[in-house]
Amino acid sequence: MSDLDATLLTDVLKRATARGATAADGFLIEEQSFSASVRLGQVDTVTHSREQRLALRVFAGRASAAASTSDLSRESLERVVDEATALARVTSEDPHAGLPDASELIQHVPELGLEDHEGPEPTPEEKIELARRAEAAALAADPRITNSEGAEYFDRRARYAYATSQGFARGYSTSSFGLTVSPVASKNGEMQRDAWYTYARRRRALEAAESVGRTAAARALRRLGARKVKTAEVPVIFDPDTAASLLRSVAGAASGPSLYRRASFLLERLGTRIAAPAVTIVDDGLVPGALGSRPFDGEGLATRRTVLVGEGKLESYLLDTYSGRKLGRPSTHHATRDGGGVSVGTNNLMLLPGPASPDELIGSVKSGLYVTELIGFGVNGVTGDYSRGAAGLWIEDGRLAFPVEEITVAGNLLEMFEHIDGIGNDLVLRDRVAAPTLRIARMVVAGD
Amino acid sequence: MTDKLARREPERFFSDRFSVTPGLMERLLGDNLAGRVDDADIYLEYRVNEELVLEENVVKKASRHVSQGAGVRAQSGARTGYAHTDDLAMRNLEEAARQARAIADRSGTSGVVAVPGRGRPHDLYTLAEAPIVTELARKLDLLRKIDTACRAADPRVAQVIVALTSEEVVMLIATTSGWTVGDVRPLTRLNVTAIAEDGGRREIGSFGGGGRVAFDFYLEAERWKRFATEAARQATLKLAAVDAPAGAMTVVLGPGWPGILLHEAIGHGLEGDFNRKGVSAFAGRVGQKVASELVTVVDDGTIANRRGSLNVDDEGTPTRRNVLIENGILRGYMQDRLNARLMGEAATGNGRRESYAHPPLPRMTNTFMLAGQDDPRDILGSVKHGLYAVNFGGGQVDITSGKFVFSASEAYLIEDGRVTKPVKGATLIGNGPDALTRVSRVGHDLALDEGVGTCGKDGQSVPVGVGLPTIRLDGMTVGGTAV
Repeated sequence: MSDLDATLLTDVLKRATARGATAADGFLIEEQSFSASVRLGQVDTVTHSREQRLALRVFAGRASAAASTSDLSRESLERVVDEATALARVTSEDPHAGLPDASELIQHVPELGLEDHEGPEPTPEEKIELARRAEAAALAADPRITNSEGAEYFDRRARYAYATSQGFARGYSTSSFGLTVSPVASKNGEMQRDAWYTYARRRRALEAAESVGRTAAARALRRLGARKVKTAEVPVIFDPDTAASLLRSVAGAASGPSLYRRASFLLERLGTRIAAPAVTIVDDGLVPGALGSRPFDGEGLATRRTVLVGEGKLESYLLDTYSGRKLGRPSTHHATRDGGGVSVGTNNLMLLPGPASPDELIGSVKSGLYVTELIGFGVNGVTGDYSRGAAGLWIEDGRLAFPVEEITVAGNLLEMFEHIDGIGNDLVLRDRVAAPTLRIARMVVAGD
Repeated sequence: MTDKLARREPERFFSDRFSVTPGLMERLLGDNLAGRVDDADIYLEYRVNEELVLEENVVKKASRHVSQGAGVRAQSGARTGYAHTDDLAMRNLEEAARQARAIADRSGTSGVVAVPGRGRPHDLYTLAEAPIVTELARKLDLLRKIDTACRAADPRVAQVIVALTSEEVVMLIATTSGWTVGDVRPLTRLNVTAIAEDGGRREIGSFGGGGRVAFDFYLEAERWKRFATEAARQATLKLAAVDAPAGAMTVVLGPGWPGILLHEAIGHGLEGDFNRKGVSAFAGRVGQKVASELVTVVDDGTIANRRGSLNVDDEGTPTRRNVLIENGILRGYMQDRLNARLMGEAATGNGRRESYAHPPLPRMTNTFMLAGQDDPRDILGSVKHGLYAVNFGGGQVDITSGKFVFSASEAYLIEDGRVTKPVKGATLIGNGPDALTRVSRVGHDLALDEGVGTCGKDGQSVPVGVGLPTIRLDGMTVGGTAV
């Protein structure tokens, strides 16, 4: 971390102690970002930004409060510290509140390759050109691609610094780059939109612009002619992106705050089977150069590889220090930080691949649904009840037969994971959460 | 804490605190932007937010956040340059203006001049005491009372979470059209979540409300108590819920929050940007019939103290009441300045942004359907077999295909005209351009929601409101599990 960041954090924490705080920690984020969108070949919106934010947590004995500010002037920082320490005096004593033990904090920050050092930095024009090329490839892919919501390039560089009133101070830097394209296909008055993206820590790891554009076009085109189907209980195959969303729901239910509130369908399930034996889900914060990697969590604890579900068995919860203490367990080093304090989040969350190719999985279905998009918020984290809007392709006799839309898929997450009877070999860690193609033996698809 | 002064005079607030005066802002626009782009503006924002959370009957979270910054925007043709900074020093604003201009500098001149903001801003939420300044002790006392009331409502309530957020935003915008306008926007929201347990079965229920109102709003007619008992009722009701039906059927929506149907089914599809780009299922359909003649839908940003209301939008345009659909006929879109200019229409006061870090987009304010003639009991009585949905979680729409969903959190079966068993949460799915043609009855009981809505678009969240009378929709698809 830079001397400047260390000095700023140390000063803030010193002032908190002087104001009566018994302990405090601070997380400082400084970021610079750029984005450029292009639509139908013309520049649409270009955004430059520079932001910084200090998130502070103070303890008055066993009571705590949080504050954050984007104004890092001395006067403002002093005000924030004073307000937070005053707030901490009115909150309730909580025997589980407090910083992690100093001995647990990370000592050596590993180099995870999270920052792109390869120069030179492209000009804004070159970045805009990347978006233009991606969109052009989508528009040129087929005459039925008639319109576009545009393509966007973005990059972001950030520095993170964490310090505690016990004298700990460490930091790290990251970069990320992305390109996304959203073409519109149309035929006989019907319009369908879809999108594709590439996202990476290093500029050179981005997929080629033309390839992103072509994939986006193919995804929009295959939706043309979509129709509803009759309500039925059938096998359902989730493509990797929609399968990843199922993992997020499991992680949410396995997170400490959901558990100590008893608001989780995984309550009292630790050590028991919650999924088919073929299912293993890991969270790994140390994958070199990956988007979800970070050397330490929001409380300065070293990230690691956690097996969340091992061969169908729930092997770990996801905990920060506070929720761990509430549940009588050590932190699993999954604290994340926002202005409001500390919460729990995953790093690189993955369902490990199985033996089947996606084609084999589709080929195994006589009549069923291949899901490529899910919309809505119909997931109940307390019961696991699941009901979401879907679009995709209908499978007939082992082949993708025609596109479908305006349907829902429903079930219960515990039953869905228990009924996973096919896992694809196509896991690619292209975002912070990733899964291979998954086949679920049966779900209710509602339509006509 | 924002100064008392800010409540009356955003201009003086920014000039005293940051030495940024309207004169300086005009000079910045003049030197860097005027005459070289079609439209430009500088938006200053100062935001204070406070969040209090009571859980397990103790104050678990108390936090306070300050953010400030400026966004400079320059537009020429359809091109937008946007730069923002969280440091309000003059040199940073100048740098932002230069960056914005470099992006937008016209290649070919469009010759179109921005439509200046017209009319006077409203005065919709002047409060004797802004919720952000209300004493902490009073707030914490209320949270404890809610916890007690919620637990007392039903012995099966095992866990209660009460969250109170209070916010104040001071904004000031100057545009190249010579229009400088400021606003001070209070906002508060109270949410009660109850988790009920009975013999190993667990369920969650939540209820809440708020608006651009004072803290005392929660005390009026013991509103807080209603929130507490409602949350408990929703959670315990679901303990006995049966599987929701699956398939196409008649759906009756209750009054108030189910208005989220309008927000998803037609609201987003009528935002100017999607229609200018021709990517909305409603593009080019003004003047056409898009709903049953029983249906009139308005978006109204001028209702006093409502969560979705604004005196002026985030581009300085005064808000207004816009009729979107009149007796089934599509009347117009919701516009920000950019899309209005490019489509040759007037800005409608719908240019909104999450914060200074985001360029404005056309967004909804308070969107609702006007009341009809029918008695809600007759509407329910007219249904032989169907679903009666009275509370919802979130919704989402694909504006291009028009497909939308919204998830019922409280719903019942209708059997032979009578409301019978509660059912588990289910997603309802439909097609925006034809969903409202399926409206066959409209009740006389229009209600607006309690004030909890937040809408997301392009990664930007803004507070909104919805409203609906009881309506009957024929042939909606319900995504349950009971085949």
